[in-house]
Amino acid sequence: MSGDDPWIHTPPRESAIFDRHAIAEIHRAAATGIYDIRGFGAKRKLPHFDDLLFLGASMSRYPLEGYRERCGTDVTLGTRHARKPITLRIPITIAGMSFGSLSAPAKEALGRGASAVGTSTTTGDGGMTPEEREHSSLLVYQVLPSRYGMEPDQLRKADAIEVVVGQGAKPGGGGMLLGQKISDRVAEMRTLPKGIDQRSACRHPDWTGPDDLEIKIQELREITDWEKPIYVKVGAARPYYDTALAVKAGADVVVLDGMQGGTAATQEVFIEHCGLPTLAAIRPAVRALQELDMHRKVQLIVSGGIRGGADVAKALALGADAVSIGTAALIALGDNHPRWEEEYRKLGTTAGCYDDWHEGKDPAGITTQDPLLTQRLDPVLAGKRLANYLSVLTLECQTIARANGKSHVHNLEPEDLVALTVEAAAMAQVPLAGTDWIPGRR
Amino acid sequence: MCGIVGLFLKNPRLEPELGRLTATMLSELRDRGPDSAGFAVYGNAKPGIAKVCAVAAGLGLAWSDVGERLAKAICADVAVEVIEDHGIFSTTGDGEAARTWLIGNVPEVTVLSQGRSIEIFKGVGDPDAVAARLGLAARSGSHAIGHTRMATESAVTVAGSHPFSTGQDTCLVHNGSLSNHNRLRETLKRHGEHFQTDNDTEVAAAYLAWRTREGDNLRQALERSLCDLDGFYTFVVGTRDGFAVLRDPIACKPAVMAETPDWVAFGTEFRALAELPGIDHARIWEPQPATVYAWSQAA
Amino acid sequence: MLARNSTLDLARLSVREVNRLLHDADRGEFLIKNPRGLHAIAAGLDAPLDVTIAGHVGYYCAGMNKHATVTIAGNAGTGVAENMMSGRVHVKGDVSQSAGATGCGGLLIIDGNASARCGISLRGLDIVVKGSVGHMSAFMAQAGNLVVLGDAGDALGDSIYEAHLYVRGKVKSLGSDCIEKDMREAHKAALAGLLEAAGLAGGIDVSEFRRYGSARKLYNFHVENLGSY
Repeated sequence: MSGDDPWIHTPPRESAIFDRHAIAEIHRAAATGIYDIRGFGAKRKLPHFDDLLFLGASMSRYPLEGYRERCGTDVTLGTRHARKPITLRIPITIAGMSFGSLSAPAKEALGRGASAVGTSTTTGDGGMTPEEREHSSLLVYQVLPSRYGMEPDQLRKADAIEVVVGQGAKPGGGGMLLGQKISDRVAEMRTLPKGIDQRSACRHPDWTGPDDLEIKIQELREITDWEKPIYVKVGAARPYYDTALAVKAGADVVVLDGMQGGTAATQEVFIEHCGLPTLAAIRPAVRALQELDMHRKVQLIVSGGIRGGADVAKALALGADAVSIGTAALIALGDNHPRWEEEYRKLGTTAGCYDDWHEGKDPAGITTQDPLLTQRLDPVLAGKRLANYLSVLTLECQTIARANGKSHVHNLEPEDLVALTVEAAAMAQVPLAGTDWIPGRR
Repeated sequence: MCGIVGLFLKNPRLEPELGRLTATMLSELRDRGPDSAGFAVYGNAKPGIAKVCAVAAGLGLAWSDVGERLAKAICADVAVEVIEDHGIFSTTGDGEAARTWLIGNVPEVTVLSQGRSIEIFKGVGDPDAVAARLGLAARSGSHAIGHTRMATESAVTVAGSHPFSTGQDTCLVHNGSLSNHNRLRETLKRHGEHFQTDNDTEVAAAYLAWRTREGDNLRQALERSLCDLDGFYTFVVGTRDGFAVLRDPIACKPAVMAETPDWVAFGTEFRALAELPGIDHARIWEPQPATVYAWSQAA
Repeated sequence: MLARNSTLDLARLSVREVNRLLHDADRGEFLIKNPRGLHAIAAGLDAPLDVTIAGHVGYYCAGMNKHATVTIAGNAGTGVAENMMSGRVHVKGDVSQSAGATGCGGLLIIDGNASARCGISLRGLDIVVKGSVGHMSAFMAQAGNLVVLGDAGDALGDSIYEAHLYVRGKVKSLGSDCIEKDMREAHKAALAGLLEAAGLAGGIDVSEFRRYGSARKLYNFHVENLGSY
């Protein structure tokens, strides 16, 4: 018998196709009859900024002195049409996340942190809270398909307006907020009954297509006396065409969100199987801007998986004017911190893996409406943490820029980069390290 | 994404005004279609004469040489009228034969239309500039369809601009975005259709041409297209005697129509119709989704 | 500063100039001439102005209206009074798609017909349509009232939340989760109030209307309802 012979041993072999996650998902689907819903962005391994490297200084290229020699980080958004463009001190913004998906202290913390370093936050599906406006020195107001909370006074109070066509986690899906997070306050803001499972529309109610978006943007400008920069946000799907069409529709800024971009709640199948990786979306979008002679005139903000200053620098080098962070900002506030490990275990997960943001049971008090949990987040301290993190992102980006001889982070360019893999080389259109080969180019 | 205008004259005394009125309508839809423009004008039909319109890559083509070669090839008289980079061949011979010969033998031109009455013109760039350059305002006729283009998933080229010819004296313009045109293109190629672009509208045009060859009348072909085409669309089809309109069942893309005793008009936005004579007393309505509307001189 | 009781001619002024003048005014009567289907006319008003537009307008006329009374002596394009907050918008002619879309308050009166998606995502606005409404009207309507004296097209009230629908004519078909409901005395009184506010007091029998609203079966996901999704 094989069991008796000590030389025979068969370690269990997991299938790469029917791995434990796939098997668990099939069991879950069979038990419930509903698709799996979660938060966070795409978790599977994808070509990303880690597959790119900067070259740095050498015999032909000379670095700037750290600290002593200026490396500028400011960016101005909305120069195309707005009477009052906005200037950020750093090229990193806080992406749209709703009050509803996030707790009130979390939104306040985001505002405090962003304002401390001179950048903007963005509202989400549900409208603008007074606290949000109070705590953010620069606030971008989203116009979404659902129009929850949309009203003209808020439009007029905003510093910029972002028309959301889609987001990277679910290009083609609307917002989702499940009953357990629809508190009294959220229900009132969104004019919905308490406790229902809110699923937003995925198309705007009063326009479809860039030709009619142009007229909608005109209306928004008329209502706000042409003051505010108007952004158009798209999930990464057809970035070349989408960017060109956003420009033709009259956008001042294009916001491009790759599939790694987070969400508070959507179907897992959407997150993992729809939308392009951020790395693949940037060059086509920049090419569209260049061909229309609009690069730097219509600004490009890129989001989806920005984690550190190197990611910021690489996105800028590929042609973005700024980046936006969502998931990383929540983590800076305290999301997925090991101090709550005991509670994560009770929820069936562990610190670093918690993504059931839709359930509203967040031990960190960030993606929840439960008052017992939300009181755990001190918005002042959390705001300081975010400000620290944003400062680190900026310093890291400047370090890289100086090492590549740049006196402003916008002077980073694709030629400062090489790729470690063929996929990354093809997507970013930079050579494979050590060669002059760019796949797809002769 | 685009703008569409159509004008069908019931009163023949307005025929000398057709081009001017169409140009005015087209101009109002420049903003929603800034990339390129095209128009089909129906008029000046002479008995026994077929017309084939074509556009060259620039102004350097020796059109009269091409006309002579064509005349020899189809054994018929051929006259050529040159307008900028467009040439209109008029022949006593078979129009379809002329069209086929040009496609096969003159790679420097793109053939735009063939028929007794139809003339199609297209150009890249601002629609007002295109219309002025090609003399739209001076043209006369019984009906016209115009289109301003905002290219969505294909290139901005002359060939990619609308209207697309779907057969003798017929053409199609489209506002919207189809979602199953790539597979449909492959199927239509197997049915003998030829394609010059990667444009979704060209697929819709070829679909109608195929159904027509299979024996459907225009109404039947359009009704069938509701099953076979997927996506968002407002179609306006030009025919020798009139035009037809169809919106998809979801009907998100706009469409407005107006009618007086003198004319019937179509516009993607009302402001395209606002300067038509008698608009203040016109009947104004919107076509229903998934319903074929058709007007014809013969009716 | 704009004199109260002014005539503004869109053949001479741009929409942007006209809107700026209206936004600067805190009250007064205004007549806007030659609209010729232009877009966003009188959008974003925020004061109790009385604005009349002499002709047909394009998209988003009186968009996000607050406090003002806007009368359109003609037809209106897509999204008339979209997201209106308060005040009164009265269209003498017909309206195109998405009339009153996402509206939160006030009263929108349409003398003629409305096309598709009338009252889509309604959030508290009251809409009274003397003619008929097109398909997908009151789609995802959350709050407020839609009153239709004529007929309604396909898929009325699809995915409706708590808005109330009253239709006197025929309903071509009802949307997902929308059902006919009892007309109780309170509803008749409310309907009578809406009709009166729309200038239709007397001569209309509220018992000729039927009430439609949410069956509330799709508020939380259940796999048994899969066919409705």
